[in-house]
Amino acid sequence: MSTENVTYTSAESEDDVDPYSGSYDTTEGRVYTVTGGDWDTISAAPEGEKDRIVVNMGPQHPSTHGVLRLILEIDGETVTEARCGIGYLHTGIEKNMEFRSFVQGVTYVTRMDYLTPMFNETAYCLAVEKALDVTDQIPERASIIRVMMMELNRIASHLVALATGGMELGALTAMEFGFRERELVLDIFEMVSGLRMNSAYIRPGGVAHDLPEDGAQKIRETVPLLRKRLKDTADLLVDNSIWMGRTAGVGYLDLTGCMALGITGPVLRATGLPHDLRKSQPYCGYENYEFDVITKTTNDVYGRFLIRIEEMEQSLRIVEQCIDRIQPGPVMIADKKIAWPSKLSIGSDGQGNSPEHIKEIMSESMEALIHHFKLVTEGFRVPAGQVYAAVESPKGELGCHLVSTGGTRPYRVHFRDPSFTNLQSVAVMSEGSMISDVIAAVASIDPVMGGVDR
Amino acid sequence: MTEPSVPAVPEGVRELDVVGVRHGAFGGSGSGDTSGFGGLVEPIVMPAAAVRPFGGWFDEITDEIELSIAARGLPATDAIEKVVIWRDEITYHVRREHIVPFVTALRDEPGLRFEMCLGVNGVHYPQETGREFHAVYHFLSITHNTRVRVEVSVPDGDARIPSIVAVYPTNDWHERETWDMFGIVFDGHPALTRILMPDDWPGHPQRKDYPLGGIPVEYKGGTIPPPDQRRSYN
Repeated sequence: MSTENVTYTSAESEDDVDPYSGSYDTTEGRVYTVTGGDWDTISAAPEGEKDRIVVNMGPQHPSTHGVLRLILEIDGETVTEARCGIGYLHTGIEKNMEFRSFVQGVTYVTRMDYLTPMFNETAYCLAVEKALDVTDQIPERASIIRVMMMELNRIASHLVALATGGMELGALTAMEFGFRERELVLDIFEMVSGLRMNSAYIRPGGVAHDLPEDGAQKIRETVPLLRKRLKDTADLLVDNSIWMGRTAGVGYLDLTGCMALGITGPVLRATGLPHDLRKSQPYCGYENYEFDVITKTTNDVYGRFLIRIEEMEQSLRIVEQCIDRIQPGPVMIADKKIAWPSKLSIGSDGQGNSPEHIKEIMSESMEALIHHFKLVTEGFRVPAGQVYAAVESPKGELGCHLVSTGGTRPYRVHFRDPSFTNLQSVAVMSEGSMISDVIAAVASIDPVMGGVDR
Repeated sequence: MTEPSVPAVPEGVRELDVVGVRHGAFGGSGSGDTSGFGGLVEPIVMPAAAVRPFGGWFDEITDEIELSIAARGLPATDAIEKVVIWRDEITYHVRREHIVPFVTALRDEPGLRFEMCLGVNGVHYPQETGREFHAVYHFLSITHNTRVRVEVSVPDGDARIPSIVAVYPTNDWHERETWDMFGIVFDGHPALTRILMPDDWPGHPQRKDYPLGGIPVEYKGGTIPPPDQRRSYN
């Protein structure tokens, strides 16, 4: 387009001109432009001070893992100060749960860290069960299914960590592989719970419903395929010199730093400390499984990446042991005052209460109907007190602090999400490094903003 | 309205920790509840303070804590209000002015060595006059594989607690979150600003007197009120 015949207007000639968007007349009409160009006025440094350049990376940036906002002060390509801005995905889950029954709470927690729904649900259910003092009464089959789901979820979460981390560092094949393999796990989740994500499958007292008849067999068939494909992903990156160039020695954080900042998970294990709650404070029967806690001593992004790769292999080991150990039996606590009264089944109109249960409550037993109605609408009461239950999520220690005052709803639930705490290390990992290394450092923490902001 | 009937104090318990009173079987009022349960009045009693011997490893660790804070010139009776043991978890209620030396002892004493602070979390008990806000800290010792909980209570008009960020830097964001959600001021925090809510947000959303929000939803001629205004079982 020719600009010969245009007349620029300036702020001097018109009072209402927006400093950010000038406008000019053309033969086709008036054209507005958004130009900016006001940097001289807003970044004028105080006398004697060097120019400061502060760059906002995010919250809508493809390399910042969702809606993380990084506020970087840069000197050329070097980051001199890095700060995180969070809260863009705050949805008030903890507040909402105070207005829902204990069972309904599961549908909220599953949406916190949306890549680890099974861990969120398990941490919450363990806390509720501890407050109810029924931890010993959870059927073994339910615990085995929980462990199996959690370990499959760990693989899915680590795969997304590798996929998005790879994408952010330019390894697009890793992204395609990671998301493709994750789909295998999500297919299992869909088969078991009916939903790929946000499954609300683990409930206080057990799990929502049993595995489908051929469920264990299908999982058994998926494990070798996953193992083969995970090896492909690992081969793609582990000894890849470009990948190592981007990750080795980057995002350094040693044990002292981890302890001070409360860092857990792969970031902590990359400093050589074999801290894993599955080993140190077993829950859901983790003491019965054979697996190794993977550690590295590199303190860097590459070490955290290797840990994730090897942890997925360990998770597959646990899944295999689960399939070997699983025996027929109940998947929900025997106490009828806690256990959800109905069984879910799939009918012609979708998922719902099983026809046998409907028949019983609608035409056979009025007491069963009353019981169903009371338990579903009112829920069960949890004795007054407070408990803390923690699980080792793929990102670190996921803790649930639950306060009950004896009602049918949580008085207060708070989640100690590992991503929230681990994000505090962005500053110490990336200050003094290049901007490109900030991306690698953030990717190695693997924060999920749904969990950070809750 | 009848006075709440306080349950008999169990043997070996000094005082009951009543945090509120529950009325009726349903949360709502004026809804035409004809069940007869509307007149129920019941105190909400939290687990009572434990007395020695606590049993298990709790005696040992409490001895260790008392000795180590005494060695730092802080008598245990001054610092620790009470000890509560419930569901195999131990909670030390610490007076706020002593929280920093207390957690320093937790971190530094070789017999305690709670390397990891798992953050602070607020709980609001509006009916507990003079102790409306509780700040709850969780600690994990990787060395000894133990967990303890520390609780600090402050009144509504003066919700200030010394910050422990200098001792446990990880509490930086956790204290900011607790300030954001409850309005508890952590004195000495390097930059106590809102973290989840926008900087200019009025109020502190996790307080019990802060409404949940929401609008009534109409569906097939019926109107369903928002969750915090529905009839509910409390």
